[in-house]
Amino acid sequence: MNFEFTEEHLMIRDAARDFAQRELLPGVIERDDKAIYPTEQVKKLAELGFLGMLVGSKYDGGGMDTISYVLAMEEISKVDSSVAVIMSVNNSLVCWGVEKYGTEEQKEKYLKPMARGEKIGAFLLSEPEAGSDATSQRTTAIDMGDHYLVNGTKNWITNGKSASTYIVFAQTHKELKHRGINALIVEADTEGISVGPHENKMGMRASDTHSVMFNNVKVPKENRLGEEGFGFKLAMKSLEGGRIGIASQALGIASGAYELALKYAQERKAFGKEIINHQVIAFKLADMAVEIEAARYFCLKAAWLKDQGKPYGHASAMAKLYAAETAMKVTTEAVQIHGGYGYVKEYHVERLMREAKLTQIYEGTSEIQKIVISRGLMD
Amino acid sequence: MKILVCISNVPDTTTKVKFKEDNTLLDDSGIQWIINPWDELALTRALELKEDAGNSVNEVCVINVGGSLTEATLRKALAIGADKAIRIDACPSDAYHVAGQIAEYLKENVYDLIFSGIESSDYNGSSVGAMLAEFMNYSGISSVTNVNLDDDIVVSRAIPGGKQMIKTETPFVAIVQKGIAKEPRIPSMRGIMMARKKPLEVIPAAELPVLTQTVKFELPQAKGTCKMIDPEHVEQLVELLKNEAKVL
Repeated sequence: MNFEFTEEHLMIRDAARDFAQRELLPGVIERDDKAIYPTEQVKKLAELGFLGMLVGSKYDGGGMDTISYVLAMEEISKVDSSVAVIMSVNNSLVCWGVEKYGTEEQKEKYLKPMARGEKIGAFLLSEPEAGSDATSQRTTAIDMGDHYLVNGTKNWITNGKSASTYIVFAQTHKELKHRGINALIVEADTEGISVGPHENKMGMRASDTHSVMFNNVKVPKENRLGEEGFGFKLAMKSLEGGRIGIASQALGIASGAYELALKYAQERKAFGKEIINHQVIAFKLADMAVEIEAARYFCLKAAWLKDQGKPYGHASAMAKLYAAETAMKVTTEAVQIHGGYGYVKEYHVERLMREAKLTQIYEGTSEIQKIVISRGLMD
Repeated sequence: MKILVCISNVPDTTTKVKFKEDNTLLDDSGIQWIINPWDELALTRALELKEDAGNSVNEVCVINVGGSLTEATLRKALAIGADKAIRIDACPSDAYHVAGQIAEYLKENVYDLIFSGIESSDYNGSSVGAMLAEFMNYSGISSVTNVNLDDDIVVSRAIPGGKQMIKTETPFVAIVQKGIAKEPRIPSMRGIMMARKKPLEVIPAAELPVLTQTVKFELPQAKGTCKMIDPEHVEQLVELLKNEAKVL
C-alpha cells in the first residue's frame, strides 16, 4: 500500500491546475451564461496534450496513467466542467475504444488526430428512447455488403457539433437484440448527417450538447470497431472507464466548491467573528472535507485498478456514484455557506451546483450505478 | 550557442512561513516547492531563443545548488523544455556560496549566455547574478527585460521612466526582471514524458567557504484589524490618524 504520488503525477496535477487558473478561470462565467463553446481553451488544452493524455505515445498521445488523468480532471473540473467533459469524452469514451479495439488503419486515420487534439471525438449511444436502457437502440446500421446504411437519431451528444469523429452505436441484427449492435467510426461530415440545435442546459452550458440525425448515411465496412455485434460490449466497456473520468469531474466540482466555501468562511464575518468560527459552519466544512477525501480515494482506487490491468468496472461505478452524490451535497452546502452571495453568479458556487447535478445523470445515472454495483455484489 | 539558466528552488508563494530550531531555520514541512518565478521567466525566454530559427542557440541547460529535494523542480524545468539539468549537491548557504558553486561549474563548462533571476522569492538576496558575473569576469547586466540574439546581441533593461538598450558580447550574465517573457510555460504531457529521458546530472559541491550565518528569522507583525469609517465622518478618520496611528 502506498499513498504517495510520483513526481510526475504531481507535475501533471500542477500543470492542470495552472492551466485551469490561467486559461479557464477568466471568462468561465460568461461562457457558461451565454453557452459559448470554449474554442480557444480547447485548442490550448490540445496543445498541452490533455485531450489525448491517456493514449499511448505510439499513437501521438501523452502515454499517461489513469491516476494522472484523475488528478488532471479534478483540477480542470474545479474551474470549468464544460471543458473537463470535452476532455473526458475524447479521452475515455472515444480514444480508449479506438486504441483498444481499432485496427492499425483506424488508429492511424482516426486515433492519432484525436490524441493530438487536432480533431475531437464524440460517443453516440443515447437515443430519445434509449438512455439508461442502452440495449434498446433504434438507430439501425443495415449491412449493404461493402458498407452499412445508418438511419436514426442520437440524443444528448457531448461534442455533438465540435466533433469530427463519431463512434456511433446502431442495431444491425435486431433479432439478436443487444448482441446485434455494432459500433461504427463515422466522419461527422458524411452526407446524410445533420446536427440539431444546441441544448439549452442547466449546467455545463458551454459544452456543445446536440442531437445528431442520420439519414441514409453510408459508413464503410472497415469503419466497424471490433467484431460484428461487439458494439454493446464496447459501449459498456468504454463507460466503465468513462465513469472514472466523470467521477473525477464530480470530485473536482466538489473540491472546487469546497475550496471557495472554505476561503469565504475565513473572510466573511457574522456576529463579530469569521463564520468558520461558528461551529455550525465549521462542521459543515468538516463534513465536506471528509466526503471529498473519500470520493478522491474511490476515484484513485478505480484508476489504480485500471492501471494495474485488473477489473475496474465495479470500482468505477462506486466512484461515479459516490463522487456525484458528494458533488451535489458539497456544492449545495457551499452555496449555503455563501448565503445570498452563493446565489449569484460572480461567486461561482451556484454554477458548480448546477454542474454537479449533471454528474448524477450522465454516463450512467446514480440509479444505474447502483444496479451495476449490486449486480457486482452477486458475482 | 549554449544558455545556462540558474534555477532557485523556492516555497510556493502562498506558503505559510514557519521557522524551527530557535527561529534559525525554515520549517520546510508541508511546503510545496516551485521554480523561482523570475527564473521561470528566464527559462521561458531561453527556450524562445532556442526555438527561434534565426539564431544559433542549440542548448538550454538549467542549474541549481541544492539538495535532492530540488530535483522535482529541476525535472519540471526539463518538462518545460530545458535540454539538461545540473544539480550541485550542496546546501545553498548564501548568495556568495551559490554564485561560487556555479562559477566553479562554469570554469569547466563553457556557456555563452547565463540567465539569473533578479532575485529569489524566498530570501530575496538579489545578488547571485552579479556575484557570478564578477567571479567569472563576465559582463553582468541587471534588470534585463529582453535579450535579442539577432546579428548583434542587444539587451534591453528597465530604467526609471524608460528602457536602455545595451550591445554586448558573449559570454555574459543577464540578470532578468519581469517582462523577459510574457508568462511562464505550463509543461505539456509530451514534455513531462520526455523529461524522464533527459539528463539530470548531480555533481559534488566545490570546497568553498561559507561566509555568513543566519542568527535568527523574525516574521512581520500580524496586520492589525481594519477599521471602517463611514464616508460622512471624515473627522473621525482624521482623529484616528492623528491620535491612534500617529501619522499626522
